[in-house]
Amino acid sequence: MNSVDIKTGLLLGASTSIAIAVIVVAFLLTREPIRQTEQQNLQRDLLQLLEPASFNNEPALDTVYLSDPALGSQQPTVIYRARNNGQPTGAVVAANAPDGYNGDIELLVGLSYQGDIIGVRVTRHNETPGLGDDIETRKSDWIYSFNNLMVADMQPAEWKVKKEGGRFDQFTGATITPRAIVSSVHQVALWYQQNREEVFEHLAADKPAGSSSNQSTGIIK
Amino acid sequence: MNASNEITLVNLAKEGLWIENPGLVKLLGLCPLLAVSNTLINGLSLGLATLATLLVSNTLVSGLRSSIPPAVRIPLYVLIIATTVTIIELLMQAWLPGLFVTLGIFLPLIVTNCLILGRAEAFAVRHSIRLSIIDALFMGLGFLLVLSLLGTAREFIGQGSILSDSHHLFGETARDWTMQIFDKQHGMLLALLPPGAFIGLGLLLAMKNGIDAALSQRENNNH
Repeated sequence: MNSVDIKTGLLLGASTSIAIAVIVVAFLLTREPIRQTEQQNLQRDLLQLLEPASFNNEPALDTVYLSDPALGSQQPTVIYRARNNGQPTGAVVAANAPDGYNGDIELLVGLSYQGDIIGVRVTRHNETPGLGDDIETRKSDWIYSFNNLMVADMQPAEWKVKKEGGRFDQFTGATITPRAIVSSVHQVALWYQQNREEVFEHLAADKPAGSSSNQSTGIIK
Repeated sequence: MNASNEITLVNLAKEGLWIENPGLVKLLGLCPLLAVSNTLINGLSLGLATLATLLVSNTLVSGLRSSIPPAVRIPLYVLIIATTVTIIELLMQAWLPGLFVTLGIFLPLIVTNCLILGRAEAFAVRHSIRLSIIDALFMGLGFLLVLSLLGTAREFIGQGSILSDSHHLFGETARDWTMQIFDKQHGMLLALLPPGAFIGLGLLLAMKNGIDAALSQRENNNH
């Protein structure tokens, strides 16, 4: 077997450089389509999670990053703010339900300015296929049970799955997943009621303070 | 590979699809095979991505085989495979985002699929580009067929449908291709979970061995 000499090393280095160059080209070619897809998905979600025709700004760009235990994450999470002629009309809060059956469930919670819930969507999860993944809109209608919830009229005891005396359906064989989401949405609603002013006070920032990322949408996948 | 066999298109096809099938005989790439075969579309998609990677890597390894020093051939294979997979991943993220999300970690993990490295080392590095492409095609197809077969069985038994989420792979026009044979509620959940994957693959293996045994018995009787 040949020993590795300088020539072999140079060949390996040159091949690596070529590989990197090829990947850079592919990255540059796909960057714009990927960004557009992410932006479209975000726009679509935001439109469903805010009251229609209640705003005339660009919520996807009017973002602020806040950090709070109620939002379920150590990292600052993004909040999209809707305004009509500068007046706050609603917000979409990215939150995390950390106690899903297989860990984190990432959510978008849409709220009116008064604090009622317009809707909720799951943006990422690892729940068991066929059992816990009914939280996806393409699998079942369950997540729509958060549509237009008058938070002020609800008792704390209602924020539970039916099995525990609450108002939300559980899934056959899977209680942990819906319970995690119900509890997370409840916390977000309470947090929002108490911190609403602060949410809209902040100047728009496209990244968390101290972060080097310049992608405003990067935090949601 | 059987040394006495002449390398012809027909033989390569037989090897890839049946005799040396990567999924059922070589048992290569079991991790993605078991994890992603929960629906037909998922299995088919990963099969296609693996097939594409295998075609590119076999072609490059075969084309460069005269300039690949034996001492560093493995790092070079890995470099070629990893580059190919990264590019496929970027393309899929850009143009098939639904599929990209569904396949998740198993897309980058194609790099570690022994099938691809195995074909580079066992075949592409010692044969012409033409033969290497044919080999990649049939080995990839063999893997794809097992993935699709297992995916179909698990999806049908587990959730009573076939071709669910086909729009992830074929675009919006395919959204209503899904056939719901019986209600999802009555599906056997086990089939969708990891144990179902093992049991399903075991049954496929048994079936293949059974067919092989029957064939060889018939051959013996003829003599």
